[in-house]
Formats: sequence, structure tokens, C-alpha cells
Amino acid sequence: MIKNSLIILVLGMLLGVVTPGQAADSLLPEIPEAQARFSEAQGCVEPTDDMRVNHMQYILHQRDQTMYEGIRTRQHSLVECINCHVSDAPDAPRVDSEEHFCNSCHTYTAVSVDCFQCHADRPVKTSGTHSMSTTPAQHLQARAAEAITNE
Amino acid sequence: MSDESNIDSYRRRFLGGTTAAVAGLSIAPGVLLHEVAHARPADQAVTSEVRWGMLIDTGKCANDCTDCVTACNDEHGLEGFGRPETDAQWIRKVSLKDKQTGHTQTLPMLCQHCEHPPCVDVCPTGASFKREDGIVLVDKHICIGCRYCMMACPYKARSFIHESLQDQKPHAPRGKGTVESCTFCVHRVDDGRKPACVEACTAENHNAMVFGDLNDPASDISRQLEQHSSRQIRADLNLNTGVRYRGI
Repeated sequence: MIKNSLIILVLGMLLGVVTPGQAADSLLPEIPEAQARFSEAQGCVEPTDDMRVNHMQYILHQRDQTMYEGIRTRQHSLVECINCHVSDAPDAPRVDSEEHFCNSCHTYTAVSVDCFQCHADRPVKTSGTHSMSTTPAQHLQARAAEAITNE
Repeated sequence: MSDESNIDSYRRRFLGGTTAAVAGLSIAPGVLLHEVAHARPADQAVTSEVRWGMLIDTGKCANDCTDCVTACNDEHGLEGFGRPETDAQWIRKVSLKDKQTGHTQTLPMLCQHCEHPPCVDVCPTGASFKREDGIVLVDKHICIGCRYCMMACPYKARSFIHESLQDQKPHAPRGKGTVESCTFCVHRVDDGRKPACVEACTAENHNAMVFGDLNDPASDISRQLEQHSSRQIRADLNLNTGVRYRGI
């Protein structure tokens, strides 16, 4: 019983000492702010904590659905990640720079990212009719409306 | 006698009934196909109810015109490196010359999107595949760049990427060490639009290329195929190509 409470005390002290703020000061590199296109109110397509852990699963799942089944929803699309998180300025950092949204974290965690050997690493303005500022749901509605007017 | 005439009338009623039922069936899928082809929502998978195809009228294809090739290169960001032997080409103009008469005609050659694609047969990793709606693609995530498919394709439709690339189009990811070919502009087709080459050909009023659903008897391409004679290139291979040609 005494042992258990000691362990809890020690754990509590450790947690108290290593606060996120101090960790950011001492351990983490300074990650530059990405020029986000989405509004602060909208947020990411999934909770940030979830995205940090599982973004690769979402992207992988979407990748196979898009390629084999032609499902082109925007929620977990890599293109939309880039559209929202990477600046489209001409001098914006490329994926080989630590200031690129993806590479900033991938460099820190020492995980190589292969996506951008083939995929575009920054937004490209297309001549299409899609507005980049719509949510996936709005996008779907817009597409359904387009389809009806086309017919 | 009266029994026989009764049987006859039963038969007639039965046959009449079935014909009506069959007619109803054939109209209903037609309507359904039309809807699928033009308004498939973004979150629904493609089905084999649609088979995309192309009809090229070589009689309308001017010998010196390369609008379709230019449109394709622009759409997918295909840039040459000054090495024509290895530069990527998804669509190219091929010249045919009758040696006896000297008559020359040209036609655009692209992936024929076969029903039985040899490139898919030979692929050792399963990267080469055919979508449910008949579009033949390469899954570049699992392509190892062996180029068996390039050897197997009777139409020389595929290219290998030899150089590291940058600034690819978001809708057309391309990378060194993989094989690629015409995708029938799958990103446009999924969006209810026509391939870039067809759009360019139509925009310039050449109208030599028609794109549509081969399974839909009401589609423009199906009607034209029914009205005019057309042929598959290397039909002897029984690949049942999705691209057909008129006037050759």
C-alpha cells in the first residue's frame, strides 16, 4: 500500500516537472506556423491528437479507395491536407525543407516521408470550379447540385 | 380444338407478358446507367455497370494536328527532357502510309483500356489493374518499375519515368521508377467530365474523338458505334479494346 502511493507520488512529481511548455522550450525544435487556409473555427478534419497519431492510416485508406474505387471524398484526401497546411506562395518551403508542414515533424521524429516523390508538395491552383474553402460536406452538396444542373 | 385455341391464347398472353417485362427491364437499367454515368456521388464506388470507351474518327483527324497530345501533356504535367526515346507520352500521333498509293493518315494512339489487358496479366506485383468501369491504371505505390507491362502492351502505350520529378499536378501524381500511361483522365471522369484530349479536340471543332459509356445504349458513343463501322487495332488479340477507330 505504501509502495503504491510512493509510486503514484513519484509519477506525479515527474509529470509535474515535465510540463508540455517546458518540453517545447527545451526539447522540441521551433516549428514554423503553416499558412493555413482553413479558418480557426473549422479546424482539422479529425481532432488534432487523432491526426498526429493516425493521419497515415486515414491517408492510406483514402488512397486505396480513390485509386481502386474512384471514391474522391475530400475529408482524408492528401491533396486537401496540402491545400490546408502548406503555403502556396512561390517561395514557400518545399518538402525537403524543415519548414514544410509535413517535414517539420517528420524530421523531428526521424521518419522519412515518401509521398512527395510523386505527389505535389504544395497547393496548385487548378482551373476547376472547386473552391478550396468549402468543407467536404459542402463540397458534396455542391457536386450534387452541379450534377443536377448538368443533366 | 377449343382446348388448343385456349392453350394458344394462354401462350400469347404469357409471351406478351414476358416481352413487356423484358422491355421494362431493359429500359430501367438504361435509365439507371445514365444516372450512374453522370451523377455518381464522390463517396460511391465505381461499378461495372459502366464501361468507359472512346471512338476516334481518323477521317476527321488532321495529319498535322496535335491538339490532343498538347492537351494531355498540359493536363498531366508531362514534360520532355529532350530525350524522345524515353520521354513520357500518354498519347501520340501515329502515321499510317499506304506504300502503294502514298496516301498518309494519322491517328492518336493511347492506352486502349482493354477488357483483357496484357499489362495486368504480366504485372508481378498487381500494380497494373483494371478498375470496375474498365479504366486500366497503374498503382504506383506498388509498381516496382520492372517494365514487363511495357513489353506486353501491343500498343506501346506505357512510359517509364527515368528522372526525378518536381511540381507534379495534384490530380496526376508521377514519380521516378514507375510506369505510367493514359488514365482516360480518371480524375475528370470521376468528376463527370470528359478526358482532356477529347475536350481539346471538340473545343477546336475537329470532333474526331467521342468519349462515353459503352454499356449505355443511349450514349453518343454507343449510337455512333451502332451506326458506323469501326474497328479495334489488333483485334486478332481478342483484348476487346475500349478505344475504337473509324476510317482505318
